[in-house]
Amino acid sequence: MGELEIVKHVKYILTVEKKKDDFESVVMEHLRLNGAYWGLTTLDILQKLDTVDVNEVVSWIMECQHESGGFGGNIGHDPHVLYTLSAIQVLALFDKIDVLDIDKVADYISSLQNEDGSFSGDIWGEIDTRFSYIAICSLALLHRLDKINVEKAVEYIVSCKNLDGGFGCTPGGESHAGQIFCCVGALAITGSLHHIDKDLLGWWLCERQVKSGGLNGRPEKLPDVCYSWWVLSSLIMIDRVHWIDKGKLVNFILDCQDKENGGISDRPNDAVDVFHTYFGIAGLSLLEYRGLKPIDPAYALPVDVVNRIFLRK
Amino acid sequence: MNQKVEFEVEEEEEERSRIPISERPEWADVRPLPQDDGPNPVVPIAYSDEFSETMDFFRAVYLADERSARALELTQEAIFLNSGNYTVWQFRRLILEALSVDLREELEFIDQIAKNNTKNYQIWHHRRWVAEKLGSNVASNELQFTGEIFSQDAKNYHAWSHRQWVLQTLGGWDDELAYCDELLQNDIFNNSAWNQRYFVVTKSPRLGGLEVTRDSEVAYAIKAILTKPENESPWRYLRGLYKNDVNSIANDPRVASVCVDVLTNEKECAHALNMVLDLLCNHYQPSIELKNAIDALSDNSDLELAKKVCSVLQLVDPMRANYWEWRKTTVPARD
Repeated sequence: MGELEIVKHVKYILTVEKKKDDFESVVMEHLRLNGAYWGLTTLDILQKLDTVDVNEVVSWIMECQHESGGFGGNIGHDPHVLYTLSAIQVLALFDKIDVLDIDKVADYISSLQNEDGSFSGDIWGEIDTRFSYIAICSLALLHRLDKINVEKAVEYIVSCKNLDGGFGCTPGGESHAGQIFCCVGALAITGSLHHIDKDLLGWWLCERQVKSGGLNGRPEKLPDVCYSWWVLSSLIMIDRVHWIDKGKLVNFILDCQDKENGGISDRPNDAVDVFHTYFGIAGLSLLEYRGLKPIDPAYALPVDVVNRIFLRK
Repeated sequence: MNQKVEFEVEEEEEERSRIPISERPEWADVRPLPQDDGPNPVVPIAYSDEFSETMDFFRAVYLADERSARALELTQEAIFLNSGNYTVWQFRRLILEALSVDLREELEFIDQIAKNNTKNYQIWHHRRWVAEKLGSNVASNELQFTGEIFSQDAKNYHAWSHRQWVLQTLGGWDDELAYCDELLQNDIFNNSAWNQRYFVVTKSPRLGGLEVTRDSEVAYAIKAILTKPENESPWRYLRGLYKNDVNSIANDPRVASVCVDVLTNEKECAHALNMVLDLLCNHYQPSIELKNAIDALSDNSDLELAKKVCSVLQLVDPMRANYWEWRKTTVPARD
């Protein structure tokens, strides 16, 4: 069955995006900050974050900050909560959250909360439970959850709960494992997991495991390595991860590796990318694969990083 | 319309005849602005020349906040090169507002790119922004557009999200239940269509809510179950119609009856066994038929019925053996 090709994955992460005319590099330009989060968190889980020059990363991140306090996906790009969370997470990896004007960033995020408790992603107003998670996770990492109406935020998330126990992007939206991670994560961070019917949701989530051992994100969809994160982290947060076959899932993820050049793909024999590499390795970390740092299922950061933030006074 | 024709020509001829922006007379007065990746980028990105040039000019007009016709054209070119660039879309909206462009043309422009980029958040968000401004007279257009997406990918999450937004904001509920039925006729396994059906029966202002529709919807779900008992969706739909309240489910004789029918033909159907388990755990008194159907599955006569069902489930669904083991512990003691 094989092993996790740690050395090759480290090399892949460090060389990704360098290829001329690579489709991924064009696509990545505007979400480079997300890419930095995926790549650097992967390196940290693999215990190789020290191969990166901290100051270079931090000064580049700070150049992505907009005058509003939010972050763009790259230098000169418009701010959005999607990139703002990545900026905070990457700074957290390096224990550098202090370089931020914390209240300015927190004010930007809290300004995006709507009357009904939901969050918009930016000034243009698109609403999605993804943004609820991002806002709550960001503010928690900044110790500024008091800047929003947490009760209303929770109420909105609960209004997106479906008959199958899962959650969608807005009230009535189909349950989707990615949205479920966001909602369960936000409820976990705010101490509101009692709003979840854990047995019902746990059953829906464990039904996501298909014959190959991989997980899908919705009924009758193909398995994809990224759900090794979304489904697995949710199952852990509601304490139902023992309901799936973990060994089969480990094998599925290992089967998705490019054993020659490193990197992980969505399904066996597909092209690798940094997004799936992160989710595969983060998933293996949740499965307690040997040699990997444990990752926190709610904050999506290594446990030691999260402890550093919350156990410090 | 003109715009549409232009695009098709442009796309076909792009490879051969793209004139670099720096050689176009209308851009002579603008100095392109290169991307600043920092002095020693951690992850340096090598861009293609065309992409670099377009983005260098975009940066120049963006920083000058030039809301002009040529800037609008430029955002179009940038979007064709990378339709995921959030800043380009956002600037395009500012220009559209400033120039008071006819937004129906904008919808046509989105049609051009949307069909090849059906999972791009920016495009859907932009479409919603345009549709909201155009109001309820584009409702049917928007429903039709999402319908075209579903004919290629019937579970597209963005398109479903857009469709629900259209119904709730712009209207167009009249044929929605029939549309769900049409999709389910095509693919009874389409969970998105089942979800939409639940959305319609609970939220449509035309149908009177779940209380009114429940009876016929239970019949609909049961019919679907009998067609494909291994289909997870109608089983969940059935539970949802009773808001997961097992007492109400047990009070509808059609539910136990469909379980017997399914188990008679397909004795290892996990969904049917699971429903039976729920009923038994709720002190449901099984009929002789149901008892016989379960007894036929296992010769372990020592176990009580509910635990026997759990044991069978552990065998037929080994990947979730721990789940069924846990269910066994929740079986209430015999009265």
